[in-house]
Amino acid sequence: MAKSSGVAQVNGLAGQGVKHESAHKHVSGEAVYVDDQLAPANVLYAYVGLSTVAHGRVTRLDLSRVKAAEGVVEILTLDDVPGHKDIGPVFPGDPLMVNEGGEIEFYGQVLFAVAATSQRLARSAARLAEVEYDTLEADVRIEQGLDRNSFVRPSHTQKCGDATQALRDADHRLQGEMHIGGQEQMYLEGQASLCIPAEDDGMLVYTSSQNPTEGQKLIAEVLNVPINRVTVDMRRMGGGFGGKETHANQWACLAALLARKTGRAVKIRLARADDMLATGKRHHFFTRYEVGFNDDGRIAGLDMELSGGCGMSPDLSDAIVDRAMFHSDNAYFLPAAHIVGHRVKTHTVTNTAFRGFGGPQGMVSIENIIDNIARALGRDPLEIRKCNFYGDDDNRNVTHYGQKVEQHIIPDLVDRLEKTSDYQLRRRQITAFNKINTVFKKGLALTPVKFGISFTVTHLNQAGALIHIYTDGSIHLNHGGTEMGQGLFTKVAQIVANEFQVDIDTINCTATRTDKVPNASPTAASSGSDLNGMAARDAAQKIKRRMVMFAVEHFGVREDEVIFADNQVSIGDEVMRFSEFAQLVYMNRVSLSATGYYRTPKIHYDRETAKGRPFYYYANGAAVSEVLIDTLTGENKVLRVDICQDVGDSINPAIDIGQVEGAFIQGMGWLTTEELVWGEDGRLQTMNMAGYKIPAIGDTPPEFNVELLPDSPNLEATIFHSKAVGEPPLMLAISVWSAIRDAISSIKDYRYSPSLDAPATPERILAACEEMQDR
Amino acid sequence: MGFENRVIKFLLNQTEYQLRDIDPNTTVLDYLREHLHFVGTKEGCASGDCGACTVVVGEPCDDKIYYKSINSCITPVGSLHGKQLITVEHLKQGKQLHPVQQAMVNCHGSQCGFCTPGFVMSMFAYRKNNVRPERQSVIEALGGNLCRCTGYKPIIEAAMQMYRSPLEDQFSLAESSVVEKLKAIRQQQATAELSAAGKTYFAPDNVAALADILLKYPQAKLVAGGTDLILDITQFLKEIEVLVSTSRVEELKLVEETESAIELGAAVTYIEARQALIAQYPDLHELIDRLGSRQIRNQGTIGGNVGNASPIGDMPPVLIALGASLVLRRGDESRQIPVEDYFIAYKKTALQDSEFIERIIVPKAKPEVQFRAYKISKRLEDDISASCGAFRLQLDDGLVKSIDIAFGGMAEIPKRATHCEQALIGQPWNDSTVRNAMIELEKDFTPLSDFRASADYRLKVSQNLLYRLYLELQSSAEQMRVTHYG
Repeated sequence: MAKSSGVAQVNGLAGQGVKHESAHKHVSGEAVYVDDQLAPANVLYAYVGLSTVAHGRVTRLDLSRVKAAEGVVEILTLDDVPGHKDIGPVFPGDPLMVNEGGEIEFYGQVLFAVAATSQRLARSAARLAEVEYDTLEADVRIEQGLDRNSFVRPSHTQKCGDATQALRDADHRLQGEMHIGGQEQMYLEGQASLCIPAEDDGMLVYTSSQNPTEGQKLIAEVLNVPINRVTVDMRRMGGGFGGKETHANQWACLAALLARKTGRAVKIRLARADDMLATGKRHHFFTRYEVGFNDDGRIAGLDMELSGGCGMSPDLSDAIVDRAMFHSDNAYFLPAAHIVGHRVKTHTVTNTAFRGFGGPQGMVSIENIIDNIARALGRDPLEIRKCNFYGDDDNRNVTHYGQKVEQHIIPDLVDRLEKTSDYQLRRRQITAFNKINTVFKKGLALTPVKFGISFTVTHLNQAGALIHIYTDGSIHLNHGGTEMGQGLFTKVAQIVANEFQVDIDTINCTATRTDKVPNASPTAASSGSDLNGMAARDAAQKIKRRMVMFAVEHFGVREDEVIFADNQVSIGDEVMRFSEFAQLVYMNRVSLSATGYYRTPKIHYDRETAKGRPFYYYANGAAVSEVLIDTLTGENKVLRVDICQDVGDSINPAIDIGQVEGAFIQGMGWLTTEELVWGEDGRLQTMNMAGYKIPAIGDTPPEFNVELLPDSPNLEATIFHSKAVGEPPLMLAISVWSAIRDAISSIKDYRYSPSLDAPATPERILAACEEMQDR
Repeated sequence: MGFENRVIKFLLNQTEYQLRDIDPNTTVLDYLREHLHFVGTKEGCASGDCGACTVVVGEPCDDKIYYKSINSCITPVGSLHGKQLITVEHLKQGKQLHPVQQAMVNCHGSQCGFCTPGFVMSMFAYRKNNVRPERQSVIEALGGNLCRCTGYKPIIEAAMQMYRSPLEDQFSLAESSVVEKLKAIRQQQATAELSAAGKTYFAPDNVAALADILLKYPQAKLVAGGTDLILDITQFLKEIEVLVSTSRVEELKLVEETESAIELGAAVTYIEARQALIAQYPDLHELIDRLGSRQIRNQGTIGGNVGNASPIGDMPPVLIALGASLVLRRGDESRQIPVEDYFIAYKKTALQDSEFIERIIVPKAKPEVQFRAYKISKRLEDDISASCGAFRLQLDDGLVKSIDIAFGGMAEIPKRATHCEQALIGQPWNDSTVRNAMIELEKDFTPLSDFRASADYRLKVSQNLLYRLYLELQSSAEQMRVTHYG
């Protein structure tokens, strides 16, 4: 933990629960988002025309009515693109637009863009296109693509031991299948970009993006200019959750092309329904498995097939399905396993990153199995979980992809939570409640999370930062990470404050900009603080080193006599304010600016052998959820949640608790009320907030206890031995789903395990209750 | 009726604004963001579902201002006439955050911050209208504000903590002068009017004027809250030529009690009707509090809920089961029909051209009659019903003396369950009668499958709601709804 001598004197050091750096601006409406930016005079508003079939060929694209519409200034089709026409982020497959003669692969695909003098005129004009299609058969469901062996990327297999033999030798075997729904990110701020043309073919772009660098590269490519002509600026997003990792790019590219074509600033902002139609979501999955286990409840062997519904193109699906596979063990040792991951193609919008990035789908798949084993053996699922945990024992600490689990947090953490949540007492009370209540049933479940931290695409595990100290001692901080609400800017500022031992108010963390810190990775994979925090510390330490060496020379003191503390610098017997010292350093011609850099050590993964160490470390946690269900209607309510989360030594406990609570509720939404429904025609039917229901305030459990696991520093040399927190707690919500199943299981005295696809809507719960009653 | 009449006057905070040349289809949100560059108020959905655009309007009520949260994204700008508009920009004074804002900061109530201005405004209205905070009423007031980041716990805490500061603020100090200004505006014009871009917004202040305008403009769209109608503008990009608002029509704002009935003017909002209805039928408490969101209940009217004839409105099945009737008016002529006769086919009603709903007459409760209303939706708050069932029952010596059952979400119109009722009437009120009646429900309804629910679920759950009614009336011991727990 970052300890400082002046705990009371210096405000905002690492380890303190300081407020979000923008909190006072959020509450007063002063925080500026892309669409709030004062636009240049004569700004134009771009909008897009979307396809109305899921699969087919465009036989006619007549834009004459669009051109003639009121306020329209310019039209953009694929022919107008001077550079690349495909904006696939990793692999090709994402055409910027589809022209006449081209193939449509999902309902809502962009055909053209239009620029007009107002948002409303642009939107209205975009609806006037006359489009005809030769409609082709569309695969909307995963099984349709799976049956055709239609994949966007090759399948991948991870193996350990001999799963076939282990299944054969096991005392018991179970098999089953399950559908896991996708999830809309539902960032409250929709996709938005503002592009301002500049000299030398330049373009200044404000875009609500988790990945300014990728946006910059793609904009340069579609404009056919070198990357250095494009600058992307991102101060803050109104939520990202993965939905603005690659899916912010298209809108920025279209606006940039229209800005180039018209020579005017162009803003684009998607209306909610179009945002939901045209941008990707969490992958839905179809999982099939066979598990062998012994009388003691331990898993002997697992054969699992994870099929991710990727939509029409690869996007990030390779890594997402990989991550599902990497988490198909969750916290459990698999002595023998055969895990296959398919990237299934469907004629729906290409699915993309969403907090957890495939991990949640892998994890819910194995938790389903654990519950099923428990029912088959007539035991409490918690017992089965415990006896399958990875252990210190050398025979039970290597994952199915060959990474050794080195820090065994979960067994003790679960014991702790079992006690603090009164699990055993409540288990007895709930069983008693269920005996006397016929209509209402309660359920209880404790589920763990072990989540691997690092981008599994190794080269992304690097970051840069830039720090300037000005002559008044104020510090300018910039890094490659983006702020989407997670508090990254606050944490990184705390880290820099800690290096110089100055108040956090001394530091101004400015908008992420591609011309300040180049070649940044997306802010994703929970990596923001780990990577950018280290890079910023590197930059701070470089400057601090120069300042110290200057003092040694100037004052004739030893290095250890130069001490930064309490907003001051003491040099031998001399004490001066940090600002005075900065001025002195400047006057003596020492640079007060530095870049910093970091890359994660130790990680590697070989896809050929499917073995390696893809993760620098694991972040762990567990949750106990208690639910109530109405067996007449399937309505349900989460009554109490207790969480213990391992964040190592927290840089900011207040922000970390906020991440844990928020991620939990978001995960709960994924597994309960948030249902994506496509029609047979491939059109998304739940395309607005009236139809797609994220948790509301009343869904927050009345009792909601969150604890950060104390005294548990990361054993790896991460920034102040903290751990990532963005994604892992989302999967704690599996406890809600599992508790609902527990409640259903009580209908027949816990003898059977109900099938319950996710999300567990009232309709699915009622169906599962009826199925249970009929057993 | 001179040219002077063609103006909308309101107070933006304390400054009088006059609107003359703004397209009447403009929403308050677009007016704020695009015309005034007041960009603190955010657009999250433009359909009244997320609350990011929440602003507060103040209306004079005796010598006080009554503050209510509304969704600015579905409110036409003309509806500001005679009101005070308060946005997030008006709360902070100099560098001093308002207590509501400070509580949100203290509790870490914002993460990405995009929903925050909307929350702050809903909380501000709550603070003004409630002497002390309670978890349940906080949830009721904030159910229409969605946050994707925090999980809401710190926001609930902030709503409690904001009470640590005294209520007095710049708004209370200015309250009496604002009341005077608003009353002055309200007295100036009988019919407020905004005409621009070939479109007109009328806001008459009496029912005769309303009737006249509708006779003159049979194509006019009535804005009775507008929480559904305005989606035509924001989602379907329609241009509505003539909008006529009921919100100023005094006669339509009345809640009156006669010997046998509660009479609701068609422009009475859910919030305004709530108390009178709950006093008669306590079970409506839950349904009304789960109908839309607080912002919608502040704007939306019972007349509008009936008027637009949506098959998924929640009040129509209630009104049918209660045997309510409507007073319809066209010009000077009035007629009265039962609510159930109003709905003819999908979105087709008994209304003739230029005719409108004037009043809704709801019979009063009788001690011997039981009433229950149940709403089934994916999410408990602010969601549209998959099925909404309303039941009125009178037992006599163990036999069903009378029964009225109506459902929403089960057919193309809100509809009575005739077969089901027939199976119950005159029968002993017992398990086998009820189970038999549940089967009869299949003759009454052939529901649709859509993204909210399958046809099977709709039918099954509706049948089970009848069973819930049976169980609830059996014993008061077991809590029979999930909303009663926790």
